Amino acid sequence: MKLEKPNLLYLKTISKGDVSFENKIIDILNEEFQDEVNNYYFYLKSKDYNKVKIYVHRIKHKMSILGLEKSYKLTNVFENSIRNLNFKNQDYFENMLPIIVLFLKSIK
Amino acid sequence: MKAIIIDDEITARMIIKQVASNIPDLDILADFSNAIQAIKYLNKNSVDVIFLDIHMPDFTGFDFIESLKNPPKIVLTTSDSNFALEAFEYKFVVDYMVKPVEFNRFQKSIDKINTFVLVNEVPERVEQKAEPEDNSKTLYVNIDRRLVKIDIPSIYFIKAKGDYIKIKTETSNHVVHCPLKKIQEKLPNKNFLKVHRSYVINIDKIIDIEDNSVLIKQDVIPVSRVNKNELKRRLNLL
Repeated sequence: MKLEKPNLLYLKTISKGDVSFENKIIDILNEEFQDEVNNYYFYLKSKDYNKVKIYVHRIKHKMSILGLEKSYKLTNVFENSIRNLNFKNQDYFENMLPIIVLFLKSIK
Repeated sequence: MKAIIIDDEITARMIIKQVASNIPDLDILADFSNAIQAIKYLNKNSVDVIFLDIHMPDFTGFDFIESLKNPPKIVLTTSDSNFALEAFEYKFVVDYMVKPVEFNRFQKSIDKINTFVLVNEVPERVEQKAEPEDNSKTLYVNIDRRLVKIDIPSIYFIKAKGDYIKIKTETSNHVVHCPLKKIQEKLPNKNFLKVHRSYVINIDKIIDIEDNSVLIKQDVIPVSRVNKNELKRRLNLL
């Protein structure tokens, strides 16, 4: 499945040219996202699936901020499947994570 | 209009503050990463509106709403559209915004707040039905001019869909033209409970309960917050 590319269209729209806001939110996105990815893998390894769901949910929100519509939908399915231990779309989700991390670092 | 934001993600709080900065009469007094901090704040300060995230670990947005004695108007913010029906069961919930929040949608929410009138602070309780007189273990439903026999204990759940209901049993699924209320009246209260406006479930078939849903067979059934306590009351809890 083809992976999406993140973008800043949404953030540019709500910033209305406020560069200070843009810089600040990109910093926070970088920080929060990396933490969420680390926590996701940590809790996945320890099989604490309630916690895994929390971090998948947060990452899903970040995907929507970064214009990743398809990823958001696929992650939504993944999030809902964790409960039944189906892990649907897990591969896609995990393949998207480094793409987002690299994108956020590139715009910092 | 005085407001606060409760959301466990800094990004989400920043975005709401940024969008809110364009609304002249809206003053964001404070923002909180968890509901407990917000409750402490609200004990000393009054606000007109709360922008509240539903998905928060430990103490969810719904838990927070239920903890408030005199809630102000509440706008729920979430990355999920799944909770919309449940959200509006609380009369002081004015709006439900799916994140990420956009300007036009936010402005609409502010318009709703300005025109919203609080009717009742207490969530409505689901009316309890009397036990049906007929305690038989079978039920006949009309499907394509045939009366089909259904073994009541084998029913997993019944889901309302428009003018129809879907009856899921251990052996088959049936779609019947019938209101949910009508079939509920034919089922024994002891085993069957309406947990959501669209679902009546067989309590005996529950595999597990998590947050605001139950797992029956492989189906995740939503449980309205207002029905959750009744569900817990019916269970043989340790």
